[in-house]
Amino acid sequence: MTVTIFVPRDAAALALGADKVATAIAQEIELRGLDARIVRNGSRGMAWLEPLVEVRTSAGRMAYGPVRASDVASLFAAGFVNGGDHALCLGLTKEIPFLRQQTRLTFARCGVTDPLSLDDYRHYQGLKGLERALSMTAPEIVQEVTDSGLRGRGGAGFPTGIKWKTVADAPGPQKYIVCNADEGDSGTFADRMIMEGDPFVLIEGMIIAGLATGATKGYLYTRSEYPHAIQTMNEAIEIARGAGILGPSVLGSGHAFDMEVRAGAGAYVCGEETSLLNSLEGKRGIVRAKPPLPALQGFLGRPTVVNNVISLASVPVILDRGAAFYRDFGMGRSRGTIPIQIAGNVKYGGLFETAFGLTLGQIVEEIGGGTATGRAVKAVQVGGPLGAYFPRALFDTPFDYEAFAAKDGLIGHAGVVVFDEMADMLKQARFAMEFCAIESCGKCTPCRIGSTRGVETADKIAMGIEPEKNKALLADLCNTMKFGSLCALGGFTPYPVMSAMTHFPDDFAPTPLVEAAE
Amino acid sequence: MNVHVAGGIYAERALSIIRERKHLEGPMLPILHAMQHEFGFIPEEVKPVIADELNLSRAEVHGVVTFYHDFRDAPAGRHTLKLCRAEACQSMGADAVANRLRQLLGIDFHQTTLDGAVTLEPVYCLGLCACAPAAMLDDEVYGRVDEDCLAEIVAEVRR
Repeated sequence: MTVTIFVPRDAAALALGADKVATAIAQEIELRGLDARIVRNGSRGMAWLEPLVEVRTSAGRMAYGPVRASDVASLFAAGFVNGGDHALCLGLTKEIPFLRQQTRLTFARCGVTDPLSLDDYRHYQGLKGLERALSMTAPEIVQEVTDSGLRGRGGAGFPTGIKWKTVADAPGPQKYIVCNADEGDSGTFADRMIMEGDPFVLIEGMIIAGLATGATKGYLYTRSEYPHAIQTMNEAIEIARGAGILGPSVLGSGHAFDMEVRAGAGAYVCGEETSLLNSLEGKRGIVRAKPPLPALQGFLGRPTVVNNVISLASVPVILDRGAAFYRDFGMGRSRGTIPIQIAGNVKYGGLFETAFGLTLGQIVEEIGGGTATGRAVKAVQVGGPLGAYFPRALFDTPFDYEAFAAKDGLIGHAGVVVFDEMADMLKQARFAMEFCAIESCGKCTPCRIGSTRGVETADKIAMGIEPEKNKALLADLCNTMKFGSLCALGGFTPYPVMSAMTHFPDDFAPTPLVEAAE
Repeated sequence: MNVHVAGGIYAERALSIIRERKHLEGPMLPILHAMQHEFGFIPEEVKPVIADELNLSRAEVHGVVTFYHDFRDAPAGRHTLKLCRAEACQSMGADAVANRLRQLLGIDFHQTTLDGAVTLEPVYCLGLCACAPAAMLDDEVYGRVDEDCLAEIVAEVRR
């Protein structure tokens, strides 16, 4: 029987040498005249084990990692093609604690299948959600998604079903589904992993959104920094088109839906939905005032659903298993699962999909294993560059939209970036302002100018120039930005700045160097 | 500034790039990406060509080109090296890596080495945050960038 060896093609695995490993394995197969094939799967999401090589055995898939090209010969010598023991052997993949503790609904196939194999996709429950949706009326689909409690996974947490209903009810000859895959937040990579590891689930989710709202055209707007995701999505769309999943008659239903990939051009602000729409239209990515809502006047002024990748990729399992199944996970008003991305200075970094409700401390200390450097955790930034820095004192905060908001933080796209005690929180606050200055679209004065003034003020504090006065000024500036900006860039930059100042006051009171030498 | 719509070395090729994509809804970014891919930058002389074909003003085209960090007004080096400067990479020492890289290449961010080998650029997140610090050389990604990795990258660009 042909042996199947899995070597991930996910960008994180590639960044750690997966291609070299795959080449070495292919050479070894050739050399030994083995009957074996290599499948380039997505990533299981355990970055510290990448490249994670798996072999299919009668007992299940055996995992080996992290594998370097120089380890390959010894793996073959140890008989790893039959699941043989080796220093890098991790046992059965499904028994690895990091995976075993997860509830993988959206990421059920990611890392398991060949991302571009429709046979694999169907074998692992793919297209079931779409098939069920095709047997329902549009309002029934919208109701199912509403009942599931799914909220926008991009960060705002707006109920997906309500957004869909607005678009479904809006009159218009042409409506659109726009997938926001402009995943620019540092510490997040869930969208990238789906696009590279299970692109068909995103296509399926977009088609279902189209059926629910009457939209027949979809755009996936992603980042130029994600060349691998762009390529995989383009190939998957071609395959889906060839199989009649996309096109004038989705699975022979008579409903039309097609989609294409569009690449951004390195502007962080285009992750904001109205900037994204302007960019998609070919304009400067400047924020639009709301109203009008994109649901009513979105792309080219027509009714448009703008949903995040993870929101759309969660739709197929909701349609397949039912709203109640999904809703039964989670806590409070945060229903279902969330792919938490554990990143930065952390021992066991990666993607951990679980029901809402774990505490921040559990995520960082128990699942993430503390810092990679072995030093104590000083701060954790949750929700990307616009998210608050939480100290250890807030580690009992449950991962839930409302609980984080109550502590002046946000979940955002569920990225968790860990910093050890070497971090200088004044420097991090300054960077938040600097990043806002670099990426501001320029429409709102508080964001455009306030961010630059914020950098200068942080520098004065660092230099010991009238620190108390300048800290008050920085807080005042944050207040103006928070309430005077149209979008989250200017409006949320105060979160990292104010949280750093509030929770880490010692870092804002450095030894006064010079008495403002004038 | 002189306005020369046609006759430049880029204008003719630009026209065919535009006409292949004009039918798209929102064709501007696909056109600009294709031009940068073809020419390595967005030449000044193609802006009026785009404006003319898409029925826009030159100012509008210029406004779009200059809004996005990706689009260059001059060619880059033979290689483009992007080093992530965002928070997850900072937490793993990206600032020190950046300083070392500046030293090794003898240039700062947004500059090109004198031999034209490489342009160094900052990038804010490559989605490789669980294997930070991260870098991208052309389309090749690197994680857990350390001294050895930098040496490999520098050797590659100098080759």
